[in-house]
Amino acid sequence: MHVHAFDRYHDAHSLVHRLDPRVKVIVTFLFILSNLLLPDGAWLGFGLSWGLILLGSVASSLGVGYTLKRSLIALPFALAAATVLFSIPGEAIAQVQIGPLLLVITDAGLLRFTSILVRSWLSVQMAVLLVATTQFPDLLHALRHLYVPGVLVSIISFMYRYLFVLADEAMRLLRAREARSAAADGQTSGGSLPWRARVAGNMAGQLFLRSYERSDRIYNAMLARGYNGTLLTINPHSMQNQDWVVLLIILLLLFSFQLIGRIPGL
Amino acid sequence: MLPLTQLLKPIMMHVPDGLLSLPVAILCWAITAALVYVAVRRTKGEIGERQIPLMGVMAAFIFAAQMINFPVAGGTSGHLLGGALAAITLGPWAGMLVMTSVIMVQALLFQDGGLIVMGANILNMGLLTVLIGYGLYRATAGRSLGMRLGVAGVAAWLSVMAGALATALQLWLSGTARLDIVVPTMLGVHALVGIGEALITVAALAFILRTRPDLVQAQTAPARGGQAWIAVGLLLSLAVVLISPLASADPDGFERVAMDIGFLDRSVESPYSILPDYTLPFLGETALSTILAGALGALGVAALVVLITKVIRRSKSTVTSGD
Repeated sequence: MHVHAFDRYHDAHSLVHRLDPRVKVIVTFLFILSNLLLPDGAWLGFGLSWGLILLGSVASSLGVGYTLKRSLIALPFALAAATVLFSIPGEAIAQVQIGPLLLVITDAGLLRFTSILVRSWLSVQMAVLLVATTQFPDLLHALRHLYVPGVLVSIISFMYRYLFVLADEAMRLLRAREARSAAADGQTSGGSLPWRARVAGNMAGQLFLRSYERSDRIYNAMLARGYNGTLLTINPHSMQNQDWVVLLIILLLLFSFQLIGRIPGL
Repeated sequence: MLPLTQLLKPIMMHVPDGLLSLPVAILCWAITAALVYVAVRRTKGEIGERQIPLMGVMAAFIFAAQMINFPVAGGTSGHLLGGALAAITLGPWAGMLVMTSVIMVQALLFQDGGLIVMGANILNMGLLTVLIGYGLYRATAGRSLGMRLGVAGVAAWLSVMAGALATALQLWLSGTARLDIVVPTMLGVHALVGIGEALITVAALAFILRTRPDLVQAQTAPARGGQAWIAVGLLLSLAVVLISPLASADPDGFERVAMDIGFLDRSVESPYSILPDYTLPFLGETALSTILAGALGALGVAALVVLITKVIRRSKSTVTSGD
C-alpha cells in the first residue's frame, strides 16, 4: 500500500501551499473557535465563514467542491445532535409520529440543530483544507513550534512513518484470513462467536509482536546512523512577510464575522 | 479501497468540532493536557530515547489493529479500540502517549474527530481507557493466568463504557443532546462494542503472554506506585458503574444535582435541561433503557466487588509476608 492511500495532501503550487504551516494551523484553530463562538442562527456570520473557506479553496487551486466532498465525514456523528430538535421548548412547527412516539419539532430546536450542524460542517471543511495544503511532516513541525511536547511530536512522526507499513501488515493478515475462510453460498464460515473473536485476537497479538520486534530493528538501525533522540528536519520554517500579512487579514476577517454575527436582526 | 475507510472508523466516539460547547472543550483540554504533560515528563525521566521509536511504532500498531475486525452478526463487526491493550502491554504512561498520538493522527490526518474537541476525544478514548485498563489489570499482578485474562476482559469492556459515558455526558453538558437519550444510546451501543473489545483484548493478550511473556511482565513488575494506579482504576470504574444507571434511570434528578453543584448552569446554554417536563412521551424508550442500564450496572458492580475483595486479600497477604 502506498502512502497516498491515506494521505490527504493535495500537491500543488499556490499561495496557500506556500504559507508557513504555523499560520495555517493557527488559522484553522481560530476559525473553528470562531464558529463555536458565533451564536445560534447567526446565518450571515456562518455564510461569511463559508465564504472564507471557498476563498481558501480557490486560492489553493483545490476547487470549490473539494472540501465540500470530504466534509461529509462528520455528518453521521452530527446526528447525535438530532435530539435537540425535539427537546428545546418553543413553538411547534412539525410533528413526527414514530410508532408510539409523537415527536414535536420546535422552532428553537430546529434553530439550534441547524446551527450545530453548520458549525460542525464548516469546521471539518477548514480541517480538510489544512491537511490538503500542508504536508504532514510540515504540520508536525508547526505543532512543535507551537509548543506541543517534543516527545509527542516525535512519536507521531514515527507513527506517521510506519502507519502505512503496519496497515499493510494488517491488510495482509486480513487477506490471509479471508483466503482461509471459504464458505458455501449463504452460509457463514468459521466457528462460533468466541472462536471468531479469538482468531481476530490472535491476529492483533501477531501484529503486536511484529510491530514490537520491528521497532527494535528500527531503533538499532537509527542508532547506527547517529540517532540521539531528536528528529532533524531539512525544512526549517521561518515566517515571511506574506505569512504575517495573511495571518493578520484572516484574524481581522474572523473578528468582523463575530461582530456581524452578533448584529440583531441579521 | 472502499472498505478501507470503513475499517478505519471503529466506533462512534470521535466527536467532530461544533458538537461540544467551548467551556466543555476547554475543560477537557485542561485535563488532557495535564495528564499528557505528566506522561511526557515521566517517559523522559524513566525511559530513554529508545522508547520513542517503540511508542511511535506501537501507535501505528494500535491504528493498524483497529482495522482488524471480526463478523458478529447481521453485518456488524467487532473492533478493537486498543486503550486497554496498549496500557497493559506498554504501561500506563507510554500507553497514554501512544493513544494520544493515535487520536491526534486520526483527527489531523483523517478529520476523524475535531481539533478544538480533540482534548475531549483524547480524554475519552485515550486516557480514560488506559487508566481503567491498566488500573484494573495491575490489581491482578501475580495472580493466575485465567484471573489476569478475565480481569483484562472486564477492564477492556469497562474502558469502552467509560469512554462512551464521558462522550455522552460531554454532549449533554454542551447542550447538544438530551441526557435521557444520549446516555442510554451511547451506553447501549458501546456495551456491545465493548464485548468485541474485551474478546479481542483477551485473545491478543493471551497470544502475547504465550509467545513473549517477557514483554508484558516487564510492565506489571515494578512494585512502586502500583497501589495508586489500582486505586485510580477502581475509582474510575466505580464512577462509571454508579453514574451510568443514575444518569439513564433518573435524568431529571441527575440534571438537578449537576445544577446544584453549579456545573450545568455555567457550562450550558441548554435551556431545555432546566425544564423537567418534556414535550414528548418517551415511555418505551425509558423503560427499556432503565432495564438495560440496571443490568449493566449490576454486572459491573458484581465484577468490581469480586475484584476489590481479591485486591484486599492480596494486599493483606503481602503485608503478612512482610513484603
